[in-house]
Amino acid sequence: MEPLLEVKDLTTRFHTRDGVVYAVNGISYTLEEGEVLGVVGESGCGKSVHALSIMRLIETPPGRIERGEVWFNGRDLLRVTGEELRQIRGAELAMVFQDPMTSLNPAYTVGFQIMEALQLHLGMDRAAARRRAGELLAIVGIPQAATRLDDYPHQFSGGMRQRVMIAMALSCNPKVLIADEPTTALDVTVQAQIVDLIKRLQQRLGLAVIWITHDLGVVAELARTVNVMYAGYVVERGSVHEVFHRPHHPYTVGLLASLPRMDQPAGARLRSIRGAPPSLLDLAPGCPFAARCSLVVEQCWQEMPPVEERESPGHLVACWRWQAVAAGEMT
Amino acid sequence: MNDEVATASGRPGAIVAEEARPSQEVRSLWREGLGRLLSNKLAIVGMVIVGVVILSALFAPLLATQHPDSNGIFNAYPKENKLPPSWEHPMGTDDLGRDILSLILYGSRVSLLVGVVSVGLAIVIGSFLGAVAGFMGGRSDSWIMRLMDILLAFPGILLALVIVILVGPGLFNAMVAVGIVSIPIYARIARASVLGEVGKDYVLAARSMGASSARLLLGHIAPNALSALIVAASLGIATAILDAAALGFLGLGAQPPTPEWGLMLSRNKSHMFTSPWMVFFPGAAIMFLVLGFNLLGDGLRDALDPRLARRA
Repeated sequence: MEPLLEVKDLTTRFHTRDGVVYAVNGISYTLEEGEVLGVVGESGCGKSVHALSIMRLIETPPGRIERGEVWFNGRDLLRVTGEELRQIRGAELAMVFQDPMTSLNPAYTVGFQIMEALQLHLGMDRAAARRRAGELLAIVGIPQAATRLDDYPHQFSGGMRQRVMIAMALSCNPKVLIADEPTTALDVTVQAQIVDLIKRLQQRLGLAVIWITHDLGVVAELARTVNVMYAGYVVERGSVHEVFHRPHHPYTVGLLASLPRMDQPAGARLRSIRGAPPSLLDLAPGCPFAARCSLVVEQCWQEMPPVEERESPGHLVACWRWQAVAAGEMT
Repeated sequence: MNDEVATASGRPGAIVAEEARPSQEVRSLWREGLGRLLSNKLAIVGMVIVGVVILSALFAPLLATQHPDSNGIFNAYPKENKLPPSWEHPMGTDDLGRDILSLILYGSRVSLLVGVVSVGLAIVIGSFLGAVAGFMGGRSDSWIMRLMDILLAFPGILLALVIVILVGPGLFNAMVAVGIVSIPIYARIARASVLGEVGKDYVLAARSMGASSARLLLGHIAPNALSALIVAASLGIATAILDAAALGFLGLGAQPPTPEWGLMLSRNKSHMFTSPWMVFFPGAAIMFLVLGFNLLGDGLRDALDPRLARRA
């Protein structure tokens, strides 16, 4: 089956006064209809920038999408005209951002902001748009939805605002929802509710979701496939089950090992990956994880390993030493 | 579904209140700002002053004892010239025997007109230029702001003076001159507001939903940038009135027989020590009106600016 979204060799760089920031370095993956893809990595690994690049929302000086193709519905999103892009945004691909406190315009009511998209993309008249907006608010679980349409963003709590953002994103029935750390700014109980909401909506609407997060737990619960990103590269990719149970990349192993476990004895030390992520400014050639890797060899410093399918089908990894990792040499 | 329970604020009433709030009244930020404005005593004083002047301007024909004819000329009563304040002439008469109170009342129309028109002109042109500069950035930004810097390099009155000398004296020309001089102020404010808003998430969110640049600028950014412009406008009207009065004083603004306050000062200044009321009242009127707009402007600034800070 033809994938819904295909990202090929996406490369985004920021040309700043201090040098070139290699934010996204030639990543490729596909997304099927109805698939939930988790994108994990630490802060600064390029997960948000890659999502913004797909929607071409990168600020163009100083950023630039240097290379790559993003195929959606038979068109390369990186090459369509501005007019076509504006029609696609919101209607076919929609995005939910991290900070619900600032994602809504404080000067307009929540209803107005949802209706705007409906009127723009679906050509609804005011009455129809208002009705639909009320339905959407109810779907995302806002009590007394019809009255709440006339409230302003500051009258909602963080979790509620995020629900409003989700309602807005889904209003025009997009095929893909890109959620960029939507629950990072919310507390855990609210996070659980939002994750649950997205799960239900995804099942009900057959939506494909790209969920960007640094929280492996959310990925485990929600996603079917996962991309592990590091320093702008996808270092491992596969089904959640495969990647979490049989990781092939040292970074993934380190990430999973760093999770505190319920069955650890109290007072046990937290395991972290030694060292720090490299600066993306004028990134050196070779594997970006080399400085922190316990399995590093000479080749790692020289050349970035290609992302290739090893062992199991659908499980890709970018590592020269993947066999050692798979054999359990890291633990 | 209790999001609200998680946001413990310490006050026992707060938990219930949040949930019960689903609104009876639409609590827009503007309404909140108005509430804050009305609880500011000095702002109220400012509003009262401006209100009094506006009413005098509107009801001048009813309040004044002498009225201009169709040419705008007030009748002269040479026998009654230079009379000190009395019951019949609460502000005395000038050197042509005209009732000063009537002149002041009709003069309020001129001053208000000047203030509103010149600031109106400046805001429309200035905010457009500033918004374009802020939104587009790059070279347009540089060119526009450099032009604004050039205008700002001249002291306001001096530049207005030069413009009026070039195009000729008169009230209309004075208004336009004062307007042109004020453009950079609003351009800077508009640009700063736009730059401030453009980085915010809601602009990105709107763009991700397919909003065009025009829609973003006019529909989303503008309402949030308005408050700074409103404050500047109020203070700007005060300055405009002063500048116009200064031009009038120099004989380059309103021309006789227009009852403009600055012009009255100029005409009567030679009598300052012999008949002080002829100079005192026009001067006091200018001061009074300018004070009113300044107080109002300060009040607006306090009422409108922290609105976002409070809520976030």
